[in-house]
Amino acid sequence: MDIKRCPARELTVKHSRVIIEIVKWKSRLLRVLHCFTWQYLLFAFSSNSAGQAAMGLLREEWGINNITVVTAPYLMLPTPKFKLTFYTDIDYLTKVPRSVKMESLQNGYLFPEIFMRECEYAQRNPHARLIRLGIGDTTEPIPDIITSAMAEQALALSTTQGYKGYGPEQGNRELKRAIAETFYPGMQVKENEIFVSDGAQCDISRVQMLLDVSLSIAVQDPTFPAYIDSSVIAGRAGRFKAESGKYKNIVYMKCGPENNFFPDLSTTPRTDIIFFCSPNNPTGSAASRQQLEQLVKFAKANGSIIIYDAAYAAYISDESPRSIFEIPGAKELAIEISSFSKFAGFTGVRLGWTVVPEELLYANGYPMIKDYDRIVCTCFNGASNIVQAGGLACLSPQGFRALKRTMRYYMENAKILVDTFESVGLKVYGGKNGPYVWVHFPGLDSWDVFNHILDRAAIVTVPGVGFGPGGEGYIRVSAFGHRETVLEASTRLTTLL
Amino acid sequence: MSITQNFTTPISSSSSAFLAPSSFNSRGGHVSLPVKSLGICKCVATPQEAETAYKTRVIRNPNMGKLQAGYLFPEIARRRNAHLLKYPDAKVISLGIGDTTEPIPEVITDAMSKRSYALSTIEGYSGYGAEQGEKPLRRAIASTFYNELGIEEDDIFVSDGAKCDISRLQIVFGSDVKMAVQDPSYPAYVDSSVIMGQTGFYQKDVQKFANIEYMRCTPENGFFPDLSSISRPDIIFFCSPNNPTGAAATRKQLTQLVQFAKDNGSIVIHDSAYAMYISGDNPRSIFEIPGAKEVAIETSSFSKYAGFTGVRLGWTVIPKQLLFSDGFPVAKDFNRIVCTCFNGASNISQAGGLACLSPEGLKAMRDVVGFYKENTNIIVETFDSLGFKVYGGKDAPYVWVHFPGRSSWDVFSEILEKTHVVTTPGSGFGPGGEGFVRVSAFGHRENILEACRRFKQLYK
Repeated sequence: MDIKRCPARELTVKHSRVIIEIVKWKSRLLRVLHCFTWQYLLFAFSSNSAGQAAMGLLREEWGINNITVVTAPYLMLPTPKFKLTFYTDIDYLTKVPRSVKMESLQNGYLFPEIFMRECEYAQRNPHARLIRLGIGDTTEPIPDIITSAMAEQALALSTTQGYKGYGPEQGNRELKRAIAETFYPGMQVKENEIFVSDGAQCDISRVQMLLDVSLSIAVQDPTFPAYIDSSVIAGRAGRFKAESGKYKNIVYMKCGPENNFFPDLSTTPRTDIIFFCSPNNPTGSAASRQQLEQLVKFAKANGSIIIYDAAYAAYISDESPRSIFEIPGAKELAIEISSFSKFAGFTGVRLGWTVVPEELLYANGYPMIKDYDRIVCTCFNGASNIVQAGGLACLSPQGFRALKRTMRYYMENAKILVDTFESVGLKVYGGKNGPYVWVHFPGLDSWDVFNHILDRAAIVTVPGVGFGPGGEGYIRVSAFGHRETVLEASTRLTTLL
Repeated sequence: MSITQNFTTPISSSSSAFLAPSSFNSRGGHVSLPVKSLGICKCVATPQEAETAYKTRVIRNPNMGKLQAGYLFPEIARRRNAHLLKYPDAKVISLGIGDTTEPIPEVITDAMSKRSYALSTIEGYSGYGAEQGEKPLRRAIASTFYNELGIEEDDIFVSDGAKCDISRLQIVFGSDVKMAVQDPSYPAYVDSSVIMGQTGFYQKDVQKFANIEYMRCTPENGFFPDLSSISRPDIIFFCSPNNPTGAAATRKQLTQLVQFAKDNGSIVIHDSAYAMYISGDNPRSIFEIPGAKEVAIETSSFSKYAGFTGVRLGWTVIPKQLLFSDGFPVAKDFNRIVCTCFNGASNISQAGGLACLSPEGLKAMRDVVGFYKENTNIIVETFDSLGFKVYGGKDAPYVWVHFPGRSSWDVFSEILEKTHVVTTPGSGFGPGGEGFVRVSAFGHRENILEACRRFKQLYK
């Protein structure tokens, strides 16, 4: 293994920052927990011998003693290259123990990791025209009618009549009403069952805070990583098992082409909570009515609660249900989380909502909605009033029409990408009911494919394994982008692959 | 059974029952859930429906069950609404919830308006921002509030408000730590601790949760706790200037606090949401105290400076030097939470925040703060002149009035009934608040003057 030594001049005593690049450590260099003083350095390796070897090297070459090497579980995201930064001159530690739950998190959250690699690549290749089809970040401007509404609300706050202070933590009534009418027509979702928020990712964590630590969970595999990560943070995931890439206490429901991207519920053990994302991130697959009926039946038989993520529902182009509440009986056992991010370009503006039906009761009969309201009132203070005004404009007929145009634009991108990959003989999924294309590279390591595409074509994607072990062998390509960019990407990919 | 308990529990006066402010003016008509839940509870509590209503097999989180039902503010709202029903022509003045009332200066709303329009353009559109906040804003916060205190741009995490940050910090610390709070104090500290599973059950006789240290703050101890009397906590929530007492800790007191934290290896979470209201020399930031960077976190907010209570913007400072017992930096875990459980404050609100910190914006904020401080003076003088012992009001927009020997809820009711003015009973902030009433100074000038006229009538 190679350890590149840093220049001696950087090794000063006070507040020096030393950067060590550890290159290509058998592609299994993993988890550096942290390192913070000359005296206290902590590395983790996949095996004791690798650790011992590193310890020896650091001692002999740099005279660093007091190194603790522990054998750590296999990192979910192996990095061939790693940067360590540490500071000297710190001699005080508090006596506050680090949370065990935080310790069990593997590495960083997936998307900041992707972002880090984007930046590294850009740094190494300053002249490359990097194309970002990785993080699902919207790119097209928000329609005028919506931004005008926000601008007007902002200006109104400068007037005596228009000034508003704290709003209801659950969200403004007009917006809740509009959400109920737009997304849940005929489903008897009441205004008071809707909780407006600053986004689905935040709501997922609020739900986690609310639920008892002992509850068991099931997730699709692959799936949006926040369900797993937030469960780890909540302390319900158990130990990470390096060999399988899974957390011990989480049930992973495999979803692949072999089962039509719907789990085999007959072999799925009972869990208290089932996270279900449809249309799915990353596979792009939307569950059919029949499948959702099965899911609801399964949940009912087990007394489980479904946490249904419908963030991409507005992209559905066929008959697939847009809400879990289209399924009879779902209101007794499901909550639905959704977001303005992907259909309104509100990724930076921040607006979403969660529906908690009044009928959803805990085993003791207590309604979950009361606890959810308590969380919202205690741990949150409502979404921004300016943003809520924008949300209302999104749901006006004119606003929604304009947004549909933008969604069509992204889905045309998706079609281009699907065609591109298919044209080079690859099996492609998704791209019809959601802005993600799920490409199969059988037998290949998804990080290797990610690196290959990045290094050779300057295109950022997301390796499937980042979404769970069931994503290995796949790459997620996002369809958010300017048309020219997507066309350029298409050209490069055709050449490369 | 818990539902029927909720149904019949009398208004708890514990700090845990207090809910963070929510607007209850008649315009918004915010009818809080507990009122609505009368409808929910009713149908489930009916025997035959309770049998047929489907229940999942998922157990309720017992921590949620520990919270005392009946929030303070929805209860106050209920009383206010009941009062309005009784006196439909009464001009009710709200000096209860600390909700700002004066318009936001134009330099700030202009910036937010511009940012909104920019999102409709190709060059101006931005998607996901950095979860920690936009760099220019972080830089501006560092240079405005922490100039020469050794706090850098990347120590600052922009958020959608201090209340949300408090819960995120609780997630970072997890359930195995013990907290200390001032008594009385802003109830979100205690409530979030309960939700996180850090506490035991509520003890009705003392009105406290088990496993929290309540640090009594009274006029007798200058509203600074006797640190020698408490057992070592992991985390100390310290709000200065204080909500509700209005007391701002002196340099000497904060030095003591930092030393106490250092001696015990504890972490101080310093809530400085009202720092701009400080009149004299008292420190505006915990980081003015040497050594604080190794023991403290500071959280703050634009809510009370810029009228951003509805716009939602705040920040938390976590120095690099703040380390857990195993050497792991607290900031790294907070960053992880911010990236996983949050997705950044709204870009529009952040544009407003940046404008707040421009020279023009700062001046405008100081003017608004000054206005509310003048309100506070008027209220202080009023109660002073009536012979009451009055605290706070110098360094914060709250006036803490002593009604010795009386139940704060009774005083609240009396004031509401006889003057149509809403205040906040001190016991809602903790057992140490009993015998006091908090009067907030946020309001239009004419309402403040009118309220004071009415106080004079009542207590002359």
